Amino acid sequence: MATDTLLELRGLTKAYPGVVANSDVSFTIGKGEVHALLGENGAGKSTLVKTIYGLVKPDTGKMTLNGVAYEPSEPRAARASGVAMVFQHFSLFDALDVAENIALGMENPPQMADLAARIREVSEQYGLPLDPNMVVGDLSAGERQRVEIIRCLLQDPKLLIMDEPTSVLTPQEVEILFKTLNILREEGTSILYISHKLEEIRTLCEHATILRHGKVVGNCDPRQTSARDMAEMMVGASLHVPEKAPHEAGEVVLSIRGLSAPAPHQFGTALKNITVDVREGEVLGIGGVAGNGQDELVAALSGEMKTAAGMVVIDGREIGRLGPNERRAAGLCAAPEERNGHAAAPDMSLTENALMTGAVRKNLVKNGLLDWPAAKAFAEEVIKAFDVRTPGPANAARSLSGGNLQKFVIGREIMQKPRVLVINQPTWGVDAAAAASIRQAILDLAVSGTAVVCISQDLDELREISDRFAALNEGKLTPPRPAKGLTIDEIGLMLGGAHDMEIAHVDA
Amino acid sequence: MDFSSINPILLLASLMVAATPIILAAAGELIVERAGVLNLGVEGMMITGAITGFIATVTTGSPWIGFVAAAAGGAGLSLLFAFLTQFLLSNQVATGLALTLFGLGLSALLGQGYNGIKAPEFPRIDIPVISDIPVLGPILFSHDPMVYVGIGLIAGTWYFLKYSRAGLILRAVGENHEAAHALGYHVIRIRIMAIAFGGACAGLGGAYISLVRVPQWTDGMTAGAGWIALAIVVFASWRPWRLLIGAYLFGGVTVLQLNLQAAGIAIPVEYLAMSPYIATILVLVLMSAGRAPGSLGKIFHASR
Repeated sequence: MATDTLLELRGLTKAYPGVVANSDVSFTIGKGEVHALLGENGAGKSTLVKTIYGLVKPDTGKMTLNGVAYEPSEPRAARASGVAMVFQHFSLFDALDVAENIALGMENPPQMADLAARIREVSEQYGLPLDPNMVVGDLSAGERQRVEIIRCLLQDPKLLIMDEPTSVLTPQEVEILFKTLNILREEGTSILYISHKLEEIRTLCEHATILRHGKVVGNCDPRQTSARDMAEMMVGASLHVPEKAPHEAGEVVLSIRGLSAPAPHQFGTALKNITVDVREGEVLGIGGVAGNGQDELVAALSGEMKTAAGMVVIDGREIGRLGPNERRAAGLCAAPEERNGHAAAPDMSLTENALMTGAVRKNLVKNGLLDWPAAKAFAEEVIKAFDVRTPGPANAARSLSGGNLQKFVIGREIMQKPRVLVINQPTWGVDAAAAASIRQAILDLAVSGTAVVCISQDLDELREISDRFAALNEGKLTPPRPAKGLTIDEIGLMLGGAHDMEIAHVDA
Repeated sequence: MDFSSINPILLLASLMVAATPIILAAAGELIVERAGVLNLGVEGMMITGAITGFIATVTTGSPWIGFVAAAAGGAGLSLLFAFLTQFLLSNQVATGLALTLFGLGLSALLGQGYNGIKAPEFPRIDIPVISDIPVLGPILFSHDPMVYVGIGLIAGTWYFLKYSRAGLILRAVGENHEAAHALGYHVIRIRIMAIAFGGACAGLGGAYISLVRVPQWTDGMTAGAGWIALAIVVFASWRPWRLLIGAYLFGGVTVLQLNLQAAGIAIPVEYLAMSPYIATILVLVLMSAGRAPGSLGKIFHASR
């Protein structure tokens, strides 16, 4: 048995001031094994992975790789020992081309011409076609991930670490990725797979280690364990599934009529002739791979990006030329994706953040002066209603954890009782319990008569809350279809996805 | 008005000399900005280089030692900037402006007692054979060595950024410092080296003014050349050869307007004096197509 172990972790502990990220973590990864690492946000997955990749030094504990003590002092040393990592974000350079990006992740890259040939060869071999001369900023999310994977594969890794690899992919792209991972497994490469998409883990992985609050709380064979059981092990409590009270959709509230807009910046996407109606009490779910016009659509609806007047209509009133505050007055509230810096100002207090979008609808400005007591009361109302864990409204937005801040920014819009709510990625990077409560709040708002447009890359989420589903693809919106009974394959076809999405044929 | 007094060969030859301080300083700043650091203290590092170079030359009698001292002076001042911005995470714009003010004051202090002294001559070298070619010879091949150092610096910068691995890493750090850190590159170390290189180049540029162009010491003698170097880097879209064109254009119009003034042309002096700035900015704006390095001017800290 000992010869079949690739990496063994024993008693790893890492503490940061005020928080123990990993506490006495031990497990082993076998050769050619796909091992899942499960846990909520803040459970210590990323610290653990960074330890293995040499970015973090553990306080105590030992690692052995192939029976030899393994103490990488930096990522370079980890790569030299055969450990490679595909990052969730932050590791590609938009302005550089594919070959340059790959060269940066290698220890001794060959000449650029040879490297380009190698990239073509390896990318064909694993069914991930890639042009080495493309500039990375022009690639789709799936193609960008291929860059990262090829970068790792060129170094013949023994252990490949993948951090949330499918969060930005279409179902078809996920299928291609899984084929590639299966080829790697057959070649004897071990894979440490981090995800919170439990169904994926059940199809791919043969062993799972579950972390909670930095400690290993369980092991299981995902093929034999139900997704619900694994989720409850992660959370440590039973899960609440959002429910929507039955109701009828009413009048059309929001009409988007032939909405077109040029790309706002170099790496943006142009919106092309989007037409759709949303009714009272209805949730329109919009799926799509990142970078297909989601940010631009939210900007065009919220008023950050102005369009021709008739392109956006609320209750028969043309609002396409109005700014965000005028649209709020007309009844449209929006919660954009990036909570630190877009939906909230990180260094300002929750009261100030509440005031910024709530001023119009909650009458927090009187005669040009701010009504602080009312703003504070509004912030407290949001904190209470949405169970935001914070000492009080005077705390800076930055001090809240991702899930708590997300509850606050969504709650802030919901508490304004808008006619139309536009939300982008409501539960991105939010743990399962908080995500369930956010989804429930969205559904409750819809039942009260609000028209909701929910843009998300999480298809399970959209299937859970949408009445109708449409997909964004290169700035175009597919005609919406009733969400009930839509299969994941049908959704995948609607998403279409990356620009060269022929299903790669793999000669395995 | 007498345009016949303007000798086109002499004009082109002096254009190369007039552009050299800006080429030297701008090439250094280009490297600094490609590494993602915005150092607005070029003027301060230039004037510091001008005085340290001048003192060393007057003391030792060797302009070569003077240039080495100038590079050391500029780099030393830039390390102050590096310490403040890379370790204490101070704001780069404010720190750069302060560095300029500090450099101007420091150089005036160091330069007390050196006003009015003439520096030993820095000999021109006539490159054998090719300097005898008519027209081209005197324009291109009959200058002091620093003119060629400047051109070599541009060529070296271009080659370094385009072909070398170190250049690729430097660009990567400037483009996305978080990704570079995640891949295991030492963002701060690379940036400090880039800042020191930029300081050394600015020092050389300053010393070229005090040792070759003028050549003597006066307080504040760089007279805005550092700001022009900064502007040229931006308008040249952070590309070395465009930077060379921009600097020659600026040097050319500067020399031309001086000649026109001497020829007594009927345009007010003020317009002539502003013409190099306007011409350079106009041309480079028309040419500019690039985008700034993604992390330019942003503070990097490993924990964020």
